[in-house]
Amino acid sequence: MDIVIRNNVRISGRPEGKPMVFAHGFGCDQNMWRLVAPAFEDEYKIVLFDYVGAGKSEMAAYSAERYASLDGYVQDVLDICRELDLTDLVFVGHSVSAMVGALAAIREPDRFDKLVLVGPSPRYIDDGDYVGGFAAADIEELMDSLDSNYLGWSSAMAPVIMGNPDRPELGNELANSFCRTDPEIARRFARVTFLSDSRADLPKVPVRSLILQCANDVIAPVAVGEYVHRAIPDSELVLLRATGHCPNLSAPEETITAIKAFL
Amino acid sequence: MAEDEFEELYEDAPCGYLTTRLDGTIVRANRTLLALTGYPREELVGRSRVQDLLPIGDRIFYETHFAPLLTMQATVREIAVDLKCADGSRLPVLLNAVMKERTPSRPELVRICVFAATDRREYERELLRARQRAERSETEARELARTLQRSFIPPVLPRVPGMDVAGLYRPAGQGDEVGGDFYDMHEIVDGWALAIGDVCGKGVEAAVVTSLARYALRAAPIRESSPAAILTTLNQVLLDEKAGRFLTAAYAQISPGTQNRFRLTLSLGGHPSPVHISRDGLGRIGHPGTLLGILKRVKLTDVEVELLPQDVVVFYTDGVVEARGHGEMFGEERMQDVLMAARRGDAASIAARLMDEILRFQSDVPSDDIAMVVLKIED
Repeated sequence: MDIVIRNNVRISGRPEGKPMVFAHGFGCDQNMWRLVAPAFEDEYKIVLFDYVGAGKSEMAAYSAERYASLDGYVQDVLDICRELDLTDLVFVGHSVSAMVGALAAIREPDRFDKLVLVGPSPRYIDDGDYVGGFAAADIEELMDSLDSNYLGWSSAMAPVIMGNPDRPELGNELANSFCRTDPEIARRFARVTFLSDSRADLPKVPVRSLILQCANDVIAPVAVGEYVHRAIPDSELVLLRATGHCPNLSAPEETITAIKAFL
Repeated sequence: MAEDEFEELYEDAPCGYLTTRLDGTIVRANRTLLALTGYPREELVGRSRVQDLLPIGDRIFYETHFAPLLTMQATVREIAVDLKCADGSRLPVLLNAVMKERTPSRPELVRICVFAATDRREYERELLRARQRAERSETEARELARTLQRSFIPPVLPRVPGMDVAGLYRPAGQGDEVGGDFYDMHEIVDGWALAIGDVCGKGVEAAVVTSLARYALRAAPIRESSPAAILTTLNQVLLDEKAGRFLTAAYAQISPGTQNRFRLTLSLGGHPSPVHISRDGLGRIGHPGTLLGILKRVKLTDVEVELLPQDVVVFYTDGVVEARGHGEMFGEERMQDVLMAARRGDAASIAARLMDEILRFQSDVPSDDIAMVVLKIED
């Protein structure tokens, strides 16, 4: 299958520029970068994409086996890099994609120049002295929350979203479409995300990395950002004034400034 | 409307109102919301964020879905969460929110409507549980159908010295329904027995008859020796057991002779006659007989043929010739053409070639079960 179509890859910016790949996290799709990515278009070749199972990716390409761990998502990133022949790239990953980027850089270090990790967490669940911020039971609660909120994904809704994503007259019904997908896929992605443990991989990250840490982030608390900073050899930690888990949306200017200073 | 009326409409509206900053900090709440949650105003306003009122699962959902959506499209609707009330209880609610852009005089604001929805949410959970149960049952039913289906054909066919044997089976549709085709081949005193059949209809009742037929055909040779007598016994079993469904079957005995020759004795109970390809060309073997499971008296005949090296015999069910595609049937002629073209291959490749052609003809979704057994005499 065509990777560009499979992952809904969108390329913009300077064609001969250094590649800058933006990866979305659990929840929504590449629209998460709409306030940040354009700021780099003058200088960089911007690559946006949706993981298989998110946004406008090819849902048919989803397989429970392939995406049973972060490896499947790492493979998506590497598939795209190979397909577009990207090297010397800057990878900007939000949330779980921060770890996906780190793992991809370990797997194929020659392609990666720098990593920007926005709200990273190598493990969400507490473990002994390690504080991830969550207990295992919390993740089950998230499953209930997903179930309650994906009611709108009925058998009638699915073909509308997957078949006619560009029909504006459906805009009203598709009110939450940036963050909508097959509930079964969302549940699986949630499990993969929140049950992952990439702590042992952090010391192996082979490239310079920037960690952008928000204040008051319930998903990835400051202590976790500091942990990631200590564990990745060549890394910088920037504490943002922005609160919450999505500075790319809530504080795009601050996010852009921090990334530009790093690059 | 007078100013104080607006004030009352806001404060005592039939839903809770919250106004927050973009980071969730509550800057205003109406009386209805305070009554719903039990918090005093001073505990919420200026001190709490919406996220603080949510249990952990909903909080993750808020951060990963609600907040991004609100920024991206300035409006979010029908978000289902629980609010943690002052007394520790949980109030299931639905949230609608709009974002108001910043003005020179104030930052962005988020206005949230909070609808108490205890009964509705409970009902939704019931529906959700019912759907999950239904999905589980469906998976189990499909698994059951597959398992049952597998019992209609032997896992491996016996090895017959001097003869290459292959069987293929493909259930109708997507394979989630039990059909009525079966075949079997096993060793008997002086050779091998081969049975193939097709029970009328589909589903559990057809499956019961299919199993019955397969085991009756295994047991019958203990008392009876000729194929016609064995099919007569099957007919009697079907009537005795009040199976309620008829079937067609072909039953053959294969005895080895000298120099890789075989004698095949065949009886047909309403079943399509097998194709026999010899050096003389393509022909049919067997004498048409009565359907089984309807009449007390059946007319069945044994026919004997000699099979020589390189001969091919193809037993099949009507799913082969009655396969439908492009508004017509696959038909005898197409089947014969395919078999003639494929006859030089081994038994497995002949069977595979025929199956491929039939599936392609039906765009890969067969309307009926397809079963076939191919014999090829070795040199």
